[in-house]
Amino acid sequence: MNDDLVIDVRGLTKRFGGRTVVDAVDLAVARGRICGFLGPNGSGKTTTLRMICGLLIPDAGEGTVLGEDLRTRRSSIKARVGYMTQKFGLFSDLTIAENLEFFARVHGLDRRRERVAEALEQLGLTSRGDQLAGKLSGGWKQRLALAACVLHGPEILLLDEPTAGVDPQARREFWEQIHGLAAGGMTVLVSTHYMDEAERCHEIAYIAYGRMLARGSIAEVVAASGLKALQGEGPGADRLAAAIEARPGVAMAAPFGTALHVCGPDMAALHEAVAPWAGTIAFREASPSLEDVFIHLMRGAEDNSVVVHA
Amino acid sequence: MSATPLQRIGAMVFKEVRQMLRDRGTVGMMLVMPLMQLMIFGYAINNDPRGLPMAIERGDNSVFARSIDAALRNTTYFKVTELVESPGAGEELLQNGKVQFVVTIPADFGRDLVRGRRPQLLVTADATDPAATGPAISAISEAVSTALGHDLIGPLGSRAAGPSPVDLVLHRSYNPEGITSHNVVPGLLAIVLSMTMVMLTALSVTREVEQGTMENLLATPLRPFEVMVGKIVPYLAIGIVQLSVILLAARFLFQVPFAGPLPLLLGATLLFMVTSLGLGFTLSTLAQSQLQAMQMSFFYILPSVLLSGFAFPYRGMPQWAQTLAEVLPTTHFIRLVRGIMLKGWGIIDALPEMSVLAGMLALLGFVAVRRYQDTVA
Repeated sequence: MNDDLVIDVRGLTKRFGGRTVVDAVDLAVARGRICGFLGPNGSGKTTTLRMICGLLIPDAGEGTVLGEDLRTRRSSIKARVGYMTQKFGLFSDLTIAENLEFFARVHGLDRRRERVAEALEQLGLTSRGDQLAGKLSGGWKQRLALAACVLHGPEILLLDEPTAGVDPQARREFWEQIHGLAAGGMTVLVSTHYMDEAERCHEIAYIAYGRMLARGSIAEVVAASGLKALQGEGPGADRLAAAIEARPGVAMAAPFGTALHVCGPDMAALHEAVAPWAGTIAFREASPSLEDVFIHLMRGAEDNSVVVHA
Repeated sequence: MSATPLQRIGAMVFKEVRQMLRDRGTVGMMLVMPLMQLMIFGYAINNDPRGLPMAIERGDNSVFARSIDAALRNTTYFKVTELVESPGAGEELLQNGKVQFVVTIPADFGRDLVRGRRPQLLVTADATDPAATGPAISAISEAVSTALGHDLIGPLGSRAAGPSPVDLVLHRSYNPEGITSHNVVPGLLAIVLSMTMVMLTALSVTREVEQGTMENLLATPLRPFEVMVGKIVPYLAIGIVQLSVILLAARFLFQVPFAGPLPLLLGATLLFMVTSLGLGFTLSTLAQSQLQAMQMSFFYILPSVLLSGFAFPYRGMPQWAQTLAEVLPTTHFIRLVRGIMLKGWGIIDALPEMSVLAGMLALLGFVAVRRYQDTVA
C-alpha cells in the first residue's frame, strides 16, 4: 500500500431508500494532487464527497482518509479535512470577519485575530470585513467559503462544484488558488461539470449513475476509452450529425461550431461511415475530447438513478 | 392569444393548491388543529367546574355529620376523595394540591347543633384559582342546608326554620381576597417561557438546515451535543431575562405574594426552561422546514395555554383532558410556580412536580440526541 495515499477508499456504497446512489466506488488520491471528480448530475459525486469527509456513513466499503478509518474515526477526519459545500453554507447574517472567526473558534485555532486578518488580506477583503456575508456576490461568496474551509490548514480539501455560477475571471483566479494550495502539500478533490476545469486537474475520476467509470490522467482516460475521432469540415458539415450517427461503427456525432465531431471505437470503420460525404467534406483524424469520452462512457452505463419497481 | 385575468388567477390557484397538498404536514395540521380546538373549547374547558376533589375532616360522628358528608358526596360539584380523622391532615392535602377543598366538621358538632349553639362548619378552599372556588362555595352551603333540613325534624324542626343552624366559615387559603392576577401572573411565567423557549429553538435549528449552514457545521469537528448546548445557552439567557421581568412585575405592579423560597423558584424555572428547549430541539429534528417547526410549536402551545390550568381551572376539565394536560411540561411548571409563590412550597412540596419535569427532560434529551446526528440526510 502506498503510504502517500491520503484518500484511499474501496467499495464505497450508499443507498437512499431503494436507490443505490453510490455503488462500489474505489478512489485513491496521493498527497498534493488535484483530483477532478466528474460526472453527470445525480451521479453520486456529492454523496461520495460526504462519505469521504465523514458527513455520511457508507453502507458498504472501507478505507482510510489521512490514515484514519473512514467508518470509525469520522471526528478526527473532520478536523483534518476542509469541505466546501455546493450551496453557500456560511452564515448570511454574520459579517465576513465574524464568519471566519466562528470557524477559527470551532477548530480551536490560536492567534485567532491574526489568522482572520491574514485570511481577509489574502481574500482582498480587509476593508470589507464588516460587511454581511449574505450581501456578497456569487464569486466573492465562493472565495469566502474557500477561505473559511482552509482556515484551519486542512490536509485535504473537498470542493463540491465550487465554481458553479461563477464568472470566468473569478474561476481562473480560483483555480490559481487551488494550485497554490496543492503546491503547498494540500490534496484537493474537486467535483465539477466543466471540461476545462477537468483539464486543470492532475488526474480525474469519472462517475456516472453511482459507478466509477474511469480514473487516471486525461491522456490515460482518453486512451483507455479506446475511442477514435474524426473531425469534418466543409459546407453543411454541422447538419450531418443525425445522419452520420445512424451509420454503423459510429458511437456519436456532434456539431462543434461549423465542424462535425465523429467518434467510434474503430478508425477504419469511422472512415467507412463518413465515406458518402467524403466528397464535399474534409475529414481528418483527431484526438477525441474528454467530453466525447465521458458521453461515450455515460451511454454505456446503465441509468439506475430512477427507481424501477418490479 | 393572451391569457385572461381569470386564467392567470386560475393558474396561480392551481399551483397553490398543488403545493399545499404536497406538504402533508401542513394539511394534516390544518385539519387536526380545528378538531383539537373543538375538543378543547367544546368539552374540556368548563367555567363552572364540577367534580372538584374534596377532603372531609370529620371530628364528629353524629347523624348530622354523616348526613352532611353524604350530601356533599351527592353534589356533582365535589368528589370527596379523602376522609381524614386527624386534625391538620386536610390542610396538608390542600397544600400538596391533592384536594381543592377541606370541610372540617368539628368535634361535638352534632351535640352543639341539637343544643342550638350554631356550631361552626369550616370550609377551607384552595383559592389560588378564584374561578374554581367561587361557584363551589355556594354549592356547599346549599348541600349543608338540604342535609340538615332532612334531619332537623320533629322537636328540632325549629332549628331548621330560623337562621341557618350552622355557622359556615369559609377560609380562602393562599389568595384570601380572590384576586385573579395572583393566579394569572405566576401562570403567565409558564406560558411566556414555553412560547419563547420551544418556538425559538425549533426555528433556529430548522433555519440552519433550511439555509444549508447545518451541513457546514456538521463538517467541522463540532459534535451534535455541542451544537445543541451551544444553541440552548443563549436562549437560556433570554429566559432568565423574561423570568426577571415577570417576577419584578408580579412584585411591584401586581403585588402578588411570594411565599416560598426564591432559589427554589429559580431552580424550578431553570429546569422548565431546559425541558422546553429540549422539546423545541426535538421538534426541530422532526420538522422539515421553518414553517413546519412553527406549526408544531403552535400545536404544543395551544393546549399548553388552554389545558395547563393557566386559562381555565384544571380540576374542572374531564378526565381525558386532565390526562392530556399531565403530558405537557407547562402543566407541571404552572403548579410549581403557583405552589412556590402562593402556597409557599418548600423543596419537599416541589419535589414530585420537579421529578416529573426532570423525567420529561431526560426523555426529550434522549430523543433529541438520537434524532440529531452528526451526519446529513
